[in-house]
Amino acid sequence: MDITALLLSRLQFAFTISFHIIFPSFTIGLAAWLTVLESLHLSTGRPAYRLLFEFWLKIFGVAFGFGVVSGVVMAFELGTNWSELSRMSGPIQGPLLAYETFTAFALEAGFLGVLLLGRPKVAPWFFLFSTAMVALGTTLSAFWIMINNSWMQVPVGYVLENGMFVPNDWTKIIFNSVVWSRFPHMLLAAYLTGAFCVAATGAWYLLVGTFTAEAKIMLRMGVYLAAVLVPAQIYFGHLNGDYVHQYQPAKFAAIEGRWHDEQPASEVLLALPDEATESNRYSISIPVLGSLIGSMSLNSKEFGLTDFPPQDRPPVLIPFFGFRIMVGCGLAMLALAWVGTYLSRGGRLERNRLVLWLTFLSFPLPFIATLTGWFTAEVGRQPWTVYGVLRTADAMTPFLTTRAATISLIVFCAIYSFIFAFGIFYIYRLLRAGPVGRLVLPPSAAIPTRPLSVVHATSVADALQIPTRE
Amino acid sequence: MVMFWVTLLAVSILIYLLLDGFDLWIGMLFSVASDESRKRAMMSAVAPIWDGNETWLVVSGVILWGAFPVVYSILMSAFYLPVLLMLAGLILRGVAFEFRNKAERMRWIWNASFAGGSLVAAFVQGLMVGGLVEGLPLSDGRYVGGEFGWFSPFAVLCGIGLCVGYALLGACWLVRKCDHEVRDQAYRLIPYLSAALLVLLIVVLVYALAKNLGVMARWLDRPYLFVFPVAGAFAAIMLAASVHRRQDARPFPMVSLIFIAAFGTLAISFWPYMIPFSITIEQAAAPHSSLAFMFWGAGLFVFPLMLLYTVINLTVFRGKIAAPGDHY
Repeated sequence: MDITALLLSRLQFAFTISFHIIFPSFTIGLAAWLTVLESLHLSTGRPAYRLLFEFWLKIFGVAFGFGVVSGVVMAFELGTNWSELSRMSGPIQGPLLAYETFTAFALEAGFLGVLLLGRPKVAPWFFLFSTAMVALGTTLSAFWIMINNSWMQVPVGYVLENGMFVPNDWTKIIFNSVVWSRFPHMLLAAYLTGAFCVAATGAWYLLVGTFTAEAKIMLRMGVYLAAVLVPAQIYFGHLNGDYVHQYQPAKFAAIEGRWHDEQPASEVLLALPDEATESNRYSISIPVLGSLIGSMSLNSKEFGLTDFPPQDRPPVLIPFFGFRIMVGCGLAMLALAWVGTYLSRGGRLERNRLVLWLTFLSFPLPFIATLTGWFTAEVGRQPWTVYGVLRTADAMTPFLTTRAATISLIVFCAIYSFIFAFGIFYIYRLLRAGPVGRLVLPPSAAIPTRPLSVVHATSVADALQIPTRE
Repeated sequence: MVMFWVTLLAVSILIYLLLDGFDLWIGMLFSVASDESRKRAMMSAVAPIWDGNETWLVVSGVILWGAFPVVYSILMSAFYLPVLLMLAGLILRGVAFEFRNKAERMRWIWNASFAGGSLVAAFVQGLMVGGLVEGLPLSDGRYVGGEFGWFSPFAVLCGIGLCVGYALLGACWLVRKCDHEVRDQAYRLIPYLSAALLVLLIVVLVYALAKNLGVMARWLDRPYLFVFPVAGAFAAIMLAASVHRRQDARPFPMVSLIFIAAFGTLAISFWPYMIPFSITIEQAAAPHSSLAFMFWGAGLFVFPLMLLYTVINLTVFRGKIAAPGDHY
């Protein structure tokens, strides 16, 4: 076993999957929002909804392309670098991924073409239907992936036969409480990502003073949605903590920064955990709160990391700080969403430049929260790939050489950085250009049902030298 | 149950070959097309459907993993570098669709990534098929060939062969979807490409037969299997006739038939081995509980739906694309 190839493979998987999750978490929310916009447009006939739809559709197209190409990598990487895992868990994870591909990818892919390019070719109801199907596809995709990952976190419903995990109870695998607290957590994260990106864009336009009508819609829809969703997200986050507490005590101790058993346990708010001395430096903690959070009691005994032999402990720093950064982002989003909602009564939100600035600058928060949350979950699961059953070191392709692993890591880093740089630049340019169709809106009387024909949008786009996708 | 999943796997791979085949070639031809309007016309011929086409690659991959995990784990780890190259190619090809329209001065980068990515992906796919047919060094159910254990002149030949095959599919798709110069240029290419493909196919088959006498015996035992090569030959004749008469809609189905025939010939030659001469389909199959779980949902109900989506998608975007001049 070559330790370097193992480290490189882990780095590569961490890098490619972190890169990947950014885009689905954005497009799941965005697809749902596009469906809402198109429904609103069809039911009210307000041109602003159609403009916003066309505008966000372009951004969706770029982000979705990223999600697809980086997702295809994941489907093969499990076999290339983790052949032992894929051989052993194939009977369980393979069918789950097959369900994802069959129910989600195919649905998305089947209707994406219509969504992106087919509006002139199909009836309005079919276009709305296609939009909804793409949104449903992205959601189903998240559903199956969360089942898959939850099985690796808390393996259930299997027996070990001939060195393979053979499923014997699919209902347990799919309908267990771990899945049903983690899937909503991820889905809400995606919706919040969409909400904050939309609200931040609205705030940006209001600060600059362009596209004010559309900006107000974006800002309010984003902020209102977040005001409702953030509390729900915190609740599901708490449920996630409960499953970790119950099934993964070593991960829980690492997140809490708790080295020794405590009764009642204190809660470490901030510290610098030191694995060498098995203690925390510069610790700020609150007595008894740890027992309350872990077990909802004032006097429970909570386990510390030293209960586990060193080879069974996860690294501490990443889960510890990852979790705190995620919670910090969550609380900041809660504050912003509620302040924004409060100010929006009487229209003060649109005039309060400080809050507009903060909302504008908030768009990285949901991405950071999603990434750090996943770091906490995945690094905290170490040293196991399938928790408690298959170690990461044993899951790797046994004959993978350091050279091959180095090449692949470099290739992925190079290509991803290259396309990411351009992708971000193109998305920025689309955002800066704004919902341009607005400039050519004909007088309202002249626009009975289709307020903005494609021809108008195109001619103006051409005149402004702004690339359109049609 | 095992048979069901083998069939589905074969169908998915075949759909992938046919659909992404023409996408990839159009990517390759892209570098040859000189002016912007031709490039646009070619891109528009595949832009709405490429994502759906590429999905069939993932479908094949996950069926392989779910139904035949041993084969998935051996193939992916054995073909480490080729898979990496294929993914890199598919990434560069995929983002080019979106980025090309957004770019202004940098458009040449995405032209290059579209063409280069397509070429690399197509070549490597053929390379892997060739390596598999040639035989992977296995011991005790694990690959032992090292980083380049799959490499052989035969594999390279298969890589070139698949590029040519995809090229032919792509040319026929362009004939079907485009007008004017793009179509005429494609028409001129078809005879050369089909001649090259037939030569390569025959070389590959003869090589496979010469290398493994067992394969020869299988063919002689079951003469009815010759229906596949015969169908291929028939399709080739029909292709020549339709090109001669300039029937735009006809060449694509005929080339598809050639592909199906070649694929069937190859599959039957090695039946019942999944990894030739070391792992059979039965040995590779996942436990019954996995196959049954997939069968009663994904296989029986969702798979037909997937075919339906593909048909809907192809139907919405059927017919010729608008001439480059009106296309915006």
